[in-house]
Amino acid sequence: MVDSSVVLAGQTLAYTFYTSVIILLMLWFGIKVTSKGKSTKVKPGAFYAFVIFLTVLGVSLHIVTLNTIPWTSLDVNMKNITPDRTFDITVEDHEFKLPSKTLKMEVGEIVMFSVESKDLTYGFGLFRKDNTMVMQMQVVPGHRNDILWKFEKPGVYTIRSTEYSGPKGIGMILKDAVEVVEKL
Amino acid sequence: MSFIQTLISGEQKLFKSDSLTQMQKITLRFVVMGLVFYGFVVIEGMIMRIYQVKVIAAIGADQYFAILTAHPLVGIFGSTYLIVFGAFLFLVPFLMKKPIWSVKMANWTFLLISIGTFTFWAAGFISHYAPLYTLYWPLPADFSQFSAIGGAVFITGIAVVMVGTFLFVINIFKTIMYTPEGWDKQPSGKLLKSALGIDGFTNMFAKKDKEHLVSLPVAAIARGTVDVALNAIIILFTGVLILVYMLGEIFGVSLEKTAVDALLYKNWFWWGLDLVADGLVLVFVAGTWYLLATLITGKKLFMQNIARAALLVELIVSWTVWSHHLLADQSQPVFLKIVSGEMVTAFELITQGLAFFIVLVTLWSARPLKMTPPLKFLLGGLLGFALAVPAGIMQADMGLNRVLHNTQWIIGPHVHVAILIGLSMTLYSAIYFLFPILTNGAKLYSNKLTNFHFWTHLIGGIGMGAFMGMAGLKGMLRRTLYFDGEYSLYMILAAICGAFLLVSFLAFFFNIVMSVGLKGVIGIFTGAKEKKELLPAAE
Repeated sequence: MVDSSVVLAGQTLAYTFYTSVIILLMLWFGIKVTSKGKSTKVKPGAFYAFVIFLTVLGVSLHIVTLNTIPWTSLDVNMKNITPDRTFDITVEDHEFKLPSKTLKMEVGEIVMFSVESKDLTYGFGLFRKDNTMVMQMQVVPGHRNDILWKFEKPGVYTIRSTEYSGPKGIGMILKDAVEVVEKL
Repeated sequence: MSFIQTLISGEQKLFKSDSLTQMQKITLRFVVMGLVFYGFVVIEGMIMRIYQVKVIAAIGADQYFAILTAHPLVGIFGSTYLIVFGAFLFLVPFLMKKPIWSVKMANWTFLLISIGTFTFWAAGFISHYAPLYTLYWPLPADFSQFSAIGGAVFITGIAVVMVGTFLFVINIFKTIMYTPEGWDKQPSGKLLKSALGIDGFTNMFAKKDKEHLVSLPVAAIARGTVDVALNAIIILFTGVLILVYMLGEIFGVSLEKTAVDALLYKNWFWWGLDLVADGLVLVFVAGTWYLLATLITGKKLFMQNIARAALLVELIVSWTVWSHHLLADQSQPVFLKIVSGEMVTAFELITQGLAFFIVLVTLWSARPLKMTPPLKFLLGGLLGFALAVPAGIMQADMGLNRVLHNTQWIIGPHVHVAILIGLSMTLYSAIYFLFPILTNGAKLYSNKLTNFHFWTHLIGGIGMGAFMGMAGLKGMLRRTLYFDGEYSLYMILAAICGAFLLVSFLAFFFNIVMSVGLKGVIGIFTGAKEKKELLPAAE
């Protein structure tokens, strides 16, 4: 099951590996470029090969994530998907107003969180008990802010505003406001 | 020489401010003021680092966010703009071997940016105006949280900076194109074409290379300056809009905030703001790398025509990537998210990657080189962007952005590593290179301090970015406060690295002051005897 913790673990591994390589490469270059010896000529072919490599890398990142991160296709195809359950949420005066005290849903359902701001730009994010992020979106006033999500396992999540809306916004936290169960 | 004598008169009394030309003095004023504002930024940054570890009782949340608002703006306008503009106002005439178009205008640029920066900083400090640099509508006009008067002074300060910026833009293009008195008529149109890089493109397809009228670094400066101008237009326009609402509030007329569409506003503001982050910074940095690589090695730049063309591509790319800042906005069209946000943004990996490659090969071609301060800092600058650009490409992905947007990942491994390591170390490289030229041969007080500056800045900058990034991957947001020690370990480690940056800056500043002496620093701000020449005549 791919959730945000799996995705971020993969990213951590990939980026840590890359940073280690590039730091060592620059260290090696610094030593070699200042030590005795004649430089070998670099042919333009190497340059063009590097450009092709970067192009492939840049494009393939998005192709890979589109095919492996489950919420990307939900996002791209949102207009063609009918959610199993919709929660209409309002935000005003730095406060989330939920349709019920706890938003309950089942594992495997496609759920839509539809959040409307009555005044400022806010954020809407779900967080686990250890504060790691499940997902988030921006909540822009005067526009629809809908997100589709499919929970793969049971859990209890906190809602938190993920966008700065002035100093008053730091308290926009609803603990354990979302509950995902096997069967309702 | 005793310590006190050196402090007053500079290292070996080599720096004599009365020997400087007017242009040297102006450039040094830009740099000194830019470094003073950098000092503001480092101290503010350190306060915020400590605040993230343990809330400081004497500083309220509103004051904290006012610091968070001023911090990047002072860093960009007060520090980076002043240092970069000062250097370019000297380099363009220097490289084109012609006088600057208007010394008066250069002086006004310096004054307006310095005064404007101090104005908005002070307004934020006193009134706690804190909509952050993003200014998401209608937050900057939310008068239930912020003072309209404080905000109006703040926005006026920004506007003054933008006016100074426009004067810089005019001066640069006029200097490239004008004909100095007593010279043969200069081909203005052709010079402009060359500066914008159009001939670099045509040369790629021509059988025989035509000679470029404008050198590559000047072309890079010109192209980055286009983004500077566009950015200033957007910021000024937005500033005037916000100011209208503030004046309405001050005079008791409540204007309807829904008259401005928040998403449209976000699009145009990010379009303009991104011209700094993904436009002029990347173009200016690439141009500075090319200049430094050729000056350090004395060799021609590897793949020069491609480098020229790439700068033009980078300029156009910078106009079309803004949507990567709106990947978490669900009402933003998916088409824009994919094309502008993901695909065009990925081009930056290519343009910045090939600049990286070209510079390394150019340096390699002159091996063995001496590890001088400019080379050392240039390699640091290259490393900074090699770390920060891929981090940015990762977050500019619809899937990953869903869990990275607005986290410490964005501001740590991407923004701070790009600015502190990539940009700042490139600027330090240029400062160390230009120091003897601008001071007529003054000597650095201590090489050991230069080395200390390098390593503490490098380790501090990368370390801070890394620990912020780790906290971001664990869900820590970038624009909020945590009160229960949720991310204490990461924030303590980031604060230690922040302290490295502070100590590094103090060492650098001390080294420079000891090199030129207090008398020399004061002398920079007095009038010059030589008004016309860029550099004093050789004896």
